[in-house]
Amino acid sequence: MKTIDHAANSKVFNQDEDRVDWHDETLWFIRQKRDKASKQIPQWEALREAASQIKNHTLSNLHNYLEEFELNAKANGIQIHWAKDAQEHNEIVYDLLAKQGISKMVKSKSMLTEECHLNHYLEDRGIEVIDSDLGERIVQLAKEPPSHIVLPCIHKKKEEIGALFHEHLGTPEGNADPQVLTEAARQHLRDVFLTRRAALTGVNFAVAETGEIVVCTNEGNADLGVHLADIHIACMGIEKIIPKRGHLSVFLRLLARSATGQPVTTYSSHFAKPRKGKELHIVLVDNGRTKQLGRPDFRNSLKCIRCSACFNTCPVYRRSGGHSYHSVIAGPIGSILSPNLDMAKHADLPFASTLCGSCSNVCPVKIDIHEQLYKWRQVLVKEGYVDAKKALSMQLMAKTLASPTLYHLAGKAARTTLKYAPFIAQNRFNPWYHQREMPAVPKSSFGEWYQKNRTK
Amino acid sequence: MKVALFVPCYVDQFYPNVAIATLELLEKFGCEVSYPKNQTCCGQPMSNSGFEHLTSGCNKNFVESFKGFDYIVAPSGSCVLHIKEHLHDEEHPSEAEKISKTIYELVSFLTDVLKVEHLEASFPHKVGMHQSCHGQRGLKLSQMTELNAPPFSKPQDLLNLVKDIEMIELDRKDECCGFGGTFCVAEEAVSAKMGVDRVNDHVRHHAEYITGIDMSCLMHLEGILRRQKSKTKIIHIAEILNGRKA
Repeated sequence: MKTIDHAANSKVFNQDEDRVDWHDETLWFIRQKRDKASKQIPQWEALREAASQIKNHTLSNLHNYLEEFELNAKANGIQIHWAKDAQEHNEIVYDLLAKQGISKMVKSKSMLTEECHLNHYLEDRGIEVIDSDLGERIVQLAKEPPSHIVLPCIHKKKEEIGALFHEHLGTPEGNADPQVLTEAARQHLRDVFLTRRAALTGVNFAVAETGEIVVCTNEGNADLGVHLADIHIACMGIEKIIPKRGHLSVFLRLLARSATGQPVTTYSSHFAKPRKGKELHIVLVDNGRTKQLGRPDFRNSLKCIRCSACFNTCPVYRRSGGHSYHSVIAGPIGSILSPNLDMAKHADLPFASTLCGSCSNVCPVKIDIHEQLYKWRQVLVKEGYVDAKKALSMQLMAKTLASPTLYHLAGKAARTTLKYAPFIAQNRFNPWYHQREMPAVPKSSFGEWYQKNRTK
Repeated sequence: MKVALFVPCYVDQFYPNVAIATLELLEKFGCEVSYPKNQTCCGQPMSNSGFEHLTSGCNKNFVESFKGFDYIVAPSGSCVLHIKEHLHDEEHPSEAEKISKTIYELVSFLTDVLKVEHLEASFPHKVGMHQSCHGQRGLKLSQMTELNAPPFSKPQDLLNLVKDIEMIELDRKDECCGFGGTFCVAEEAVSAKMGVDRVNDHVRHHAEYITGIDMSCLMHLEGILRRQKSKTKIIHIAEILNGRKA
């Protein structure tokens, strides 16, 4: 049951300090680009508020908007499928492909299919899936999960990508020139695009009033895949709904600026109906979302538009890497979404934060991420997902701090010990002391000083 | 004006000079300051670890100690924020509520309540300001770099009244230091690395001192500075404002 936790994974990541610095600075650079972009729009904070309220309203009326979306999409000739969980989602996609005898599919970025582990499911059934987003393709070749939802291979240096491409795509050994590598990927993917009869994409926004979906990419890979295929399967979580097309003017302005500091993604593609003779399927997936919607403290995590601004600003994420979170969605938002799916597996994640609050400040839809991290901690402890030793020490601490007498005794004892027997604290079993000195011991506590100097 | 001094537990035990400076500062500005001697801790160490349900004893003791004052002032943003957000007492709900509303972190008490415009203090050194997250993002003591909003800084307003002080610029103005309460031991590797990076930003810009409103962050940074045998030292803002000589 117990997986290696975030703290242990981070310790391994931090063994290579140069790499940590490189990872930190790369992502900090993106945070700075986001700051610059957001400050070029005077009404930025008003936009965030509008986005937050639209999403809040939508979540409160989700059942209505989902039905409206279905009705309008069907009227456009789109085929709608509902999946209650990952298993159903995967079955639906597989059936669509199997029915047409398709054994190869091209896929542009979709975190939902990562969440459902679709690639493995299809591969086990003899269907080859090639990810066409460059970063996704890189991690796919490396047989690794993405470490970041917008920049899936941000943990890889260009030299490592060069070696990977040499092995799989035949680029010259030792060549890490980004232009050479990108060109090799383009040629390789071009062939994939031309020969695939099915294309799967994610969905950034689904508009209830028109029944259309919007897919945002920078590489145009979603469009290339879709336009050359006979079947387009678009998979979306049910929280991707927005009521009106006009609302895109709020979300599209926020999304790319928050994600990478661009004014808008290179492609914002609208898919409203299938082309003549072709099929367009949309799979709407719950997979725990209605459960999260039913948790008052955590429901507004479903406002997330997957921009990853909270990843880039998070000082912990930048110094621990995405894989340390051992969940499909890493970073602060992942730490409040993942426990909903499996508390036992993700019990460590809400603790992988200093609660500094920067995530909530950059969030374009104003999710109170750091407050939810705090609340998840309370839930996880109450549900029993806590180390027994920690629970015992907390009970002891609570008892001591509730009693002035015990507190004064314990304080005195701690100071005396540190002064006369510092080795009790200054050893390798004390995680504080591993990289930090203990505080110097003062002559007296403030309480003792006050007693001596200010009371008669 | 009857003011109760709340001294966070780790300040009481390890940094009495910070509490003394706070007490003297408040007295200089004419406050009638009491130190309720049965005070212990705000309960944050348990709460942030997921054990808020174990803090009723701390809460009760806190309300018992601090009821009946005009204001409660503490040289810490983090503990004050915790009281503001989480103090409750089922037996004395109105007292608990009044405490949550009248508790202040020292700097904002000086700027917002006492409206201090003059200080007798000089600190002829290069100083870097560490923005503690709970003071900044929680209590809104200064503007946050993430927001598109006009700049302000209450700690800086006060430091501007100190003679001869030279403030340094940082590359990252308000990045967390990585203390994070029990995070500092539970996530030791990341915590220490965050602290090292914060310290390096100050040292790179020739800070002789790192100051701040929260001793917990400064204790963590001090631990790293001393391990590095750095010449840069830490000093709580109360000590600078109270005119401590280096």
